[in-house]
Amino acid sequence: MPFEFSKEMEARFAKVLEKYPAEHKKAALIPALYLVQEQHGYLTIDGMKYIAGRLDISASEVLNTATFYTLLRKEPHGRFHLQVCTNVSCFLRGSDDLIRMIRDKCGIGPGEMSDDRRFSCEEVQCLAACGTAPVVQVNWDYHEKLTTESFSTLLEELQSREISAPEGA
Amino acid sequence: MATENPGTNCLLRDGDGNDYTDLKVYQKAGGYAKLKERLTMSRDDLREEVVKANLRGRGGAGFPAGVKWGFLPKDTDKPVYLVINADEGEPGTFKDRYFLQKDPHRLLEGCILSSYAIRSNACYIYTRGEFYDEIQTIDKAIADLYEAGLLGKNILGTGYDLDIYQHPGAGAYICGEETALLESLEGKAGQPRMKPPFPAIVGLFGCPTIVNNVETIAAVPVILDMGGDNFAALGTERNGGTKLFGISGHVKKPGLYELPMGFNMKKFIYEVAGGTLDDRPLKAVIPGGSSCPMLTPDEIDIAMDFDSLKTVGSMLGTGGAIVICEPTSMIDVILRISRFYSHESCGQCTPCREGTGWLYRLIKGFKDGTARPGDIDTLYNAAEHIDGHTICALGPAAAWPVQSVVRKFRHEFEAAIQNGGLAETA
Ligand SMILES: Cc1cc2nc3c(=O)[nH]c(=O)nc-3n(C[C@H](O)[C@H](O)[C@H](O)COP(=O)(O)O)c2cc1C
Ligand code: SF4
Ligand code: FES
Repeated sequence: MPFEFSKEMEARFAKVLEKYPAEHKKAALIPALYLVQEQHGYLTIDGMKYIAGRLDISASEVLNTATFYTLLRKEPHGRFHLQVCTNVSCFLRGSDDLIRMIRDKCGIGPGEMSDDRRFSCEEVQCLAACGTAPVVQVNWDYHEKLTTESFSTLLEELQSREISAPEGA
Repeated sequence: MATENPGTNCLLRDGDGNDYTDLKVYQKAGGYAKLKERLTMSRDDLREEVVKANLRGRGGAGFPAGVKWGFLPKDTDKPVYLVINADEGEPGTFKDRYFLQKDPHRLLEGCILSSYAIRSNACYIYTRGEFYDEIQTIDKAIADLYEAGLLGKNILGTGYDLDIYQHPGAGAYICGEETALLESLEGKAGQPRMKPPFPAIVGLFGCPTIVNNVETIAAVPVILDMGGDNFAALGTERNGGTKLFGISGHVKKPGLYELPMGFNMKKFIYEVAGGTLDDRPLKAVIPGGSSCPMLTPDEIDIAMDFDSLKTVGSMLGTGGAIVICEPTSMIDVILRISRFYSHESCGQCTPCREGTGWLYRLIKGFKDGTARPGDIDTLYNAAEHIDGHTICALGPAAAWPVQSVVRKFRHEFEAAIQNGGLAETA
């Protein structure tokens, strides 16, 4: 399906372009891909081709950049994407218990998505919040100083939260 | 938190009840008060204060900031850029986030002063993509400055023009390396460039560029307020000022503390951070981010500054210490670290791309019980072959901690072979 910016995104794209010298439009690539992702949930080939056209660069240049970065996603996530930091400081403060809890309560492990697409899970690298470890980022929200109790409460809250369509559906 | 600091609280003022994200609150505490005066100072005098302050770069390498600014070409007809490294991603490090989250104007005032000093009219802040809320905070603070006439054309009638733009990263640790960061800012994959040329000569968009860490630049207004000499005097001989030190892992009070450079590490762990978690016996300390060689308990009676930590074969790095206690297995710790570097290698240099994966798989063998006796030496040698053979410092950063663990905790690897692997620990 061909992709096109919505009116709101078009306005935001114009603002993004203002940040970079006109002869270095390509610098707007990552911010532009974030806009596609925000509108569509993830990056499709059509979305990437569209941006290539808007920035006067080749589709392969877009693909080369898009595939390098973990936050630029090429497939949909669950409505609540649980990003568990399992790097050293979080590991020392019990991040493996959080992974186990996600398995128990949501039935998924890292790299998986629940059948109802409410949850997906990913092990991530240090989130620069080691002093308040262990840390889980849910979509963009940081949850810090987690304990098995507070994380269990959080998962239950997310489980019962009303959602419309899953993000990226 | 702030009240317990044995430092001077010139950088860290969290918990004093003020919301410094609000421009008015920041100004009420003295922020931007002398901006006009400083933007009419001679640029050389301004840089001289930073040189006098002995401000060593806070991004990890500790290069003196004022000296780096001096590497810019004297007469260039190209634009000069200041780029702020807000990609904070070194495991164990969580200091730059403090400014982005709680005191954005400290950073922005530093950006204005530093841009002026280096004759730049455009400054980019490259902020890691995960910091979604922080990105909003910084964007709002920038917008407030334009509105107040503190950014843009002819700031406060001084004739000086400056624009500050924020650019988001997208989840790649390597983009913290300054030349990878520049590639990423130009819209490309974050693969480090060969140096020389250094960014001061050929940087962003092919123009002279200074890349500095968030904390480095946030210290600049503080330095000008108290004077370079006074800032320098807070620290040790070649390590000026105070700094934000983080502590995480097995301590009672993990968190961020402002301490003078050269503060004693043992005191940091046992007094400032309240001692080890549940008073468990200390096993190892990673002094300043996961790439620093580990210290054993008999090595921690040491001053935390760039020069002192070198004398025990380690580094100050970012000043984010990670404390590890019994009964944690060092194999589990180094497994996490080696997985990280193998995941984050950009893949351009064969010794790093292949070597980091190899280190990880060898270490995994000790955990899973498939390692054979010769593997301990193989592991050490593999690490040795990465160091010194790569474009950027990620390769060595992956190798050093492995070498230090093999040297200092060899018995754990031997035991793992004998016991056929590791039991689960945490
Ligand atoms: C693999 C790697 C990752 C790095 N990550 C960061 C980072 O997240 N933040 C940072 O400020 N510097 C980082 N650096 C250091 C930068 O390359 C550069 O030295 C620094 O931004 C310069 O700023 P300073 O002189 O103010 O310290 C990294 C270096 C390497 C080799
Ligand atoms: S050392 Fe590793 S991360 Fe650095 S340029 Fe080479 S492959 Fe990339
Ligand atoms: S190790 Fe988890 S936030 Fe740093």
